[in-house]
Amino acid sequence: MKLSGAEILIESLKKEGVDTVFGIPGGVVLQIFDVLCNEKDIKFILTRHEQGATHAADGYARASGKPGVAIVTSGPGATNTVTGIATAHMDSIPLIVITGQVATKMIGNDAFQEADIVGITRPCTKYNFLVKDADDLANTVKEAFYIAKTGRPGPVLIDIPKDVSSAKTEFIYPDKVSLRSYSPTYHGNKWQIKQAAQAIAKSKRPVIYAGGGVILSNAHKELAEMAEFNRIHVALTLMGLGGFPGTHPLFLGMLGMHGTYAANMAVHESDLVIAIGARFDDRVTGKVTEFAPRAKFIHIDIDPTNIRKNIHVDIPIVGDVRNVLIELNKELHLLEGQRAEWNADRKPWHAQIEDWEDEHPLSYKKSSRKIKPQYVIEKIYELTGGDAIISTDVGQHQMWVAQYFKFDQPRTCLTSGGLGTMGFGLPAAMGAQAAWPDKLVFNFAGDGSFQMNSQEIATAVANNLPVKVAILNNGSLGMVRQWQELFFNRHYAGSILGNTPDYVKLAEAYGAVGLRAVTTSEVEAVIKEAISIKRPVIMDFVVDPEENVFPMVPAGGGNCDMIFGPEEKTRPEKEARQKKDKSNSVLPA
Amino acid sequence: MSVSQHIISILVENKFGVLSRVAGLFSGRGFNIDSISVGPSVEPSTSQITIVTMGDERIIEQITKQLNKLIDVIKVVDLAEKDYLVRETALIKIHTSRAEDRSEALRITEIFRARVVDSTPATYTIEITGDENRIEAIINLLRPLGIREIVRTGKIAIAREEVKVPALLEVKRVKA
Repeated sequence: MKLSGAEILIESLKKEGVDTVFGIPGGVVLQIFDVLCNEKDIKFILTRHEQGATHAADGYARASGKPGVAIVTSGPGATNTVTGIATAHMDSIPLIVITGQVATKMIGNDAFQEADIVGITRPCTKYNFLVKDADDLANTVKEAFYIAKTGRPGPVLIDIPKDVSSAKTEFIYPDKVSLRSYSPTYHGNKWQIKQAAQAIAKSKRPVIYAGGGVILSNAHKELAEMAEFNRIHVALTLMGLGGFPGTHPLFLGMLGMHGTYAANMAVHESDLVIAIGARFDDRVTGKVTEFAPRAKFIHIDIDPTNIRKNIHVDIPIVGDVRNVLIELNKELHLLEGQRAEWNADRKPWHAQIEDWEDEHPLSYKKSSRKIKPQYVIEKIYELTGGDAIISTDVGQHQMWVAQYFKFDQPRTCLTSGGLGTMGFGLPAAMGAQAAWPDKLVFNFAGDGSFQMNSQEIATAVANNLPVKVAILNNGSLGMVRQWQELFFNRHYAGSILGNTPDYVKLAEAYGAVGLRAVTTSEVEAVIKEAISIKRPVIMDFVVDPEENVFPMVPAGGGNCDMIFGPEEKTRPEKEARQKKDKSNSVLPA
Repeated sequence: MSVSQHIISILVENKFGVLSRVAGLFSGRGFNIDSISVGPSVEPSTSQITIVTMGDERIIEQITKQLNKLIDVIKVVDLAEKDYLVRETALIKIHTSRAEDRSEALRITEIFRARVVDSTPATYTIEITGDENRIEAIINLLRPLGIREIVRTGKIAIAREEVKVPALLEVKRVKA
């Protein structure tokens, strides 16, 4: 039976197991929406901005592990998706963005709502397609999902001209894809894995530096097994949070610009850095020449371009992180005989790490009056028992969440790591809520970030997505303000927001619930109330506007040159030193 | 690390937009292209791109890896690792309104075993194929006569050794 291009598209999406689509209709995609509206198996969520649609699809993908899908119209609809696509691209998130295009014979004519979206998104997609013939559509969708999900995942865009949606043709969905020019390497080189195991066994000061790749390849169990078997401490990147339990005694915290003292010192003093699904981003390494200067590097990554891009690697292993870790764990278990020896060798190292943890734990000055943003995060962690999906926007609050919320499970921390996209959090939270209707989903936002996509409250209300937004309201673009305070003589150029909306009224105007806390004592009640309400809630926490994120590595500095909060200007007396003798390790045997 | 010239030979799917993906990769990552030439390959569904670029070892490694990562790229070879032949063709249009210029131009053309491929009362157009030195040399000799226009193809290059792998089938590549 012949189907229209639009019907073929929707049937193909169903074959790929798509259950939720985000987007906004427009002239050239009306055919597609006409089919979509009769479709019971696919839920359509109408956002208020195409950027919201792509971030929501992205949040859906991050939280569920399945590709997120957005459908938008041509021209402005398509160009509005670019930030969302670039965000997913930087963080390797599988996303399918379907854009409408003007009819094939109009392409290139500067037709109404025409944009060369394939050209525009070429540098920020993993791949993109312009479908010129309805006969190619089913194949294209199959290839798009295959490319988005496999290898290093990423966003794929399919541009469908209006006449291709309406043309009728036979629908045959292919069983499999074969692209002669695309075959990701999933299994690491055996010899290299053996070398890595030997290096780990020999190392006296090893440290694991793991990133988002651990989550993308579902390798958290294998990572934990490796860390525990060898008793190696783990530092995570922002994208890696949740890939190793935040409450684990071997967890060092995040490393890099706003990483913990212990994580940065451990990496700096290490003799072996085991980089797993991480790409040595500049926010992690600081000054590259001062990053782990005495260490050998093992680097496990599915994308060979990540290897030796920034850092010389001694043992590169290209492959899927999970597969490689399974093999590496096997190799390490073969060396079990040496385990007592290597554990003994590492005793001073573990004691040293414990010292660092005691010397500069994450800390902030508590206040009974002004709300400290860190306190809000700790309270939400406490009151949810950590059992929530957390999305963030970008800025100070994002770093505080990374520092103070203990993510134990993968796919619970949704944050724009690579691109640093303000306005990501609310739509991403909606996407996660659509994927997990029964879970508690929180979005931490700054008042600056929140305003970049606050229109999506309407989407949350209209679609019964009961996300809880916690605005840490400091009246400014806080991270910019912090940099200006520290490095630009307190010239707060363009960073003070001035007239900001009343977020409680804003929430109410959209039909959501608005709550506010202005003193520390009100925080707990607000959070409890928000959790109890099964509707979207906007919490306005009016926080101390002077609070900064510490520790901090100034841009261009080495990771061991951290600056600390004012109350920590001089290093506290090292009571830790004495504590050291009390027990040699808190680690599990 | 020393910066040197590399000729990179890229076999790609013969689809629209592939050239701009390849060229866009260079511009987007700040790599330089000294010359680029494209044409169909043995199999009509593929094209061969030759890119001349400069860089140290690390940059060239990134370039080849990033090229390999492109979905439409089938094979990437850095010819610097091989013995190869390189050629370029130039069309040089010169002023020859004066009789002595015409004879001088013909003499130079003959020395270089180039060819005059078009002639008008005021111009000769000379075609020359060879390596960069040869083309630079003839241009330098013709310059005093007055050059109106030069068009060059950019380099194409081919490995001299027998290719052991039959075209596409056994291409082993690492991708993500």
